[in-house]
Amino acid sequence: MIQTNLLAWLLRAVQFGTIIIFGSLGEILTEKSGNLNLGVPGIMYLGSFAGFASAYLYENSAANPIPIVCVLLALIAGFLAAALGGLIYSFLTITLRANQNVTGLALTTFGMGVANFFGGFLLQGEVYTAAPISNAAFAHKIPFLSDRLGVVGEALFSYGFLAYAAILLAVGMHIFLNKTRAGLNLRAVGENPATADAAGISVTKYKYLATVIGAGISGIGGLYYVLDYNNGIWATTGQVEALGWLAVALVIFTTWKPLNAIWGAYLFGTLYWLYNFFPKLLGMTNVDRTSDLFQMIPYLVTILVLVIVSLRRKRESQPPASLGLAYFREER
Amino acid sequence: MNEQPAAKTVSRAHREPLVRIAMRDTVSFGKKAAVRAAAIGAALILDAIFIVIVTRLNPIAVYKEIVLASFGTPLRFMWMVRDLAALLCIGIALAPAFKMRFWNIGAEGQVLMGGMATAMCMLFLGSKLPTPLLFLVMVLTSLLAGALWSFIPAFFKAFWNTNETLFTLMMNYVAIQIVAYATNIWRGQASSLGMINMGTKAGWFPKLFGYDFSLNIIIVVVLTVLMYIYLRFTKHGYEISVVGESERTARYAGIDVKKVTIRTLLLSGAICGLCGFIIVAGNKHTISTNTAGGDGFTAIIVAWLAKFNTFYMALISFLLIFLEKGAGQIASTYGLNEYISDIISGIILFCILGSEFFIRYKMIFRHKSEEGKEGEDK
Repeated sequence: MIQTNLLAWLLRAVQFGTIIIFGSLGEILTEKSGNLNLGVPGIMYLGSFAGFASAYLYENSAANPIPIVCVLLALIAGFLAAALGGLIYSFLTITLRANQNVTGLALTTFGMGVANFFGGFLLQGEVYTAAPISNAAFAHKIPFLSDRLGVVGEALFSYGFLAYAAILLAVGMHIFLNKTRAGLNLRAVGENPATADAAGISVTKYKYLATVIGAGISGIGGLYYVLDYNNGIWATTGQVEALGWLAVALVIFTTWKPLNAIWGAYLFGTLYWLYNFFPKLLGMTNVDRTSDLFQMIPYLVTILVLVIVSLRRKRESQPPASLGLAYFREER
Repeated sequence: MNEQPAAKTVSRAHREPLVRIAMRDTVSFGKKAAVRAAAIGAALILDAIFIVIVTRLNPIAVYKEIVLASFGTPLRFMWMVRDLAALLCIGIALAPAFKMRFWNIGAEGQVLMGGMATAMCMLFLGSKLPTPLLFLVMVLTSLLAGALWSFIPAFFKAFWNTNETLFTLMMNYVAIQIVAYATNIWRGQASSLGMINMGTKAGWFPKLFGYDFSLNIIIVVVLTVLMYIYLRFTKHGYEISVVGESERTARYAGIDVKKVTIRTLLLSGAICGLCGFIIVAGNKHTISTNTAGGDGFTAIIVAWLAKFNTFYMALISFLLIFLEKGAGQIASTYGLNEYISDIISGIILFCILGSEFFIRYKMIFRHKSEEGKEGEDK
């Protein structure tokens, strides 16, 4: 009994973590270019809606929907829609030099509106609607490994492929940022755009690319939420917004290091699901009242991390120096 | 940043780029107004195109619906002004914090805590205290609750420079969970809390001049004027703007930055708390996790776009609420969902944000002489 509960908790935590790994990896890439994009919740909404809608429409229009096509369509549509959100943000903040925080907040409102408004057309009056074939494709466990190796196999191999892709992406981004020329240039742009500019790096190009691609990556998190984590069910929801803010929080938690996002996200997932599993493990009843307090814990932990990071003032764990500032060559 | 003189533009490349961008020296009021009007006009056209595509209605009918939603009947008008007052009130609360460049994204939570304090007083003291005393206690507790919620991040910001944007953001969710927990207990066996003191109306705002929401509006109008004076003409207001421009300058001028930070945020949070009081006692008469309803975020944009001038804030709040009401009306008439208003507000905000560029900078095209362009601006 305890073992089943623990295992279920772990599975939920990793799945939850996968959503915000994508969300925060995208935002890390964006912030490394000096752009603080508070539009992550909106971008994740765009990704989740476009991903779901394309899969759903394909499933319902094709006679024999092919799972792999569902996956590809959803991924491409989700990435592109989210990247488009990032492009709006980039145009306003980089080219037109609007304030980043305010633009981000407006993008969050806009993304939430677009997803839930057009999502309403898919619902056709129902409370929710589903894309079962796509869900099965996205949530497909790794065959053989997940059911033949006992508890360990089940704990390690029973996630959809995006959970593993998230880990690979984190490693890839770590290598990109620390071991490649382009990554170095990007960090230079985020730390000191004037110097980067003088060194012949195109600040605008790097900022645009990092922000747009970052937004696309964040969008995959939203797509994973609806097509895997939420069992392929679309409903009008405010849930993605809360997830988006947690992804932003996770960026701070990782101190802008992609590898930390992996364990940080799973920790957040564990804490998030604490409300459901912890009282069960203790055999507590009357769970519905305490659960509200348990759900507070991820946010309290983030606050704690913020405070600790600021108290320690370690050089390696600071945000990119020009984060939040627009760059204008003539203002140097 | 805006007030800096235009830097000399140096073109380093041999071939001049097609467009160069330079900062404007000064911008006349008329020009500013024209750019903003053009932005709003563009946004209204974009919104209309969007609505027409989605609903396949004729645009005139759409605009008529939008206008009627706010001005169709006296009751609708009062509702519009009531919601405008609530949004504006949060904007007023945020103005001093943002003018100081303290990113208080936590208005949502501060409003909720204020509202919860008010609801608590109504629940537990509603039948025990005489009305004036009850209101006094409600106001004081909500001010305190809001101030406490902004004091915590302000304290850490002042002493350890803890990132306030994320701190205040997280405090929102802590507040939401506390309200969820409290309402879960208060509702007892009922499915939701429902209106508090439905029978006695203890702690409800009285009707003034025959309308339900007159008191809400009066309080916010007074706050609008007071905050304008506070930011414009007092020593505190001056200190806030110096700290906002440059902390180093402030320190050099002998301003105690820590003290100003904490004092300003106590004020900001307290007014947010008061706003919670207005919403709960003067409008909803109940509390839920949706009581602030996203206004805490929208108000940030309102305060920022108005450059912390409370009267401009009233204008922008009006524009947003007017469109929100209109969108809601279109949604209910044509069976669409209410999120259409988020899209419409989003479009208008993007347009206004983008238009600021044309106020602060000028574009110089390759073949135009610079002198001629500058002369035309002044």
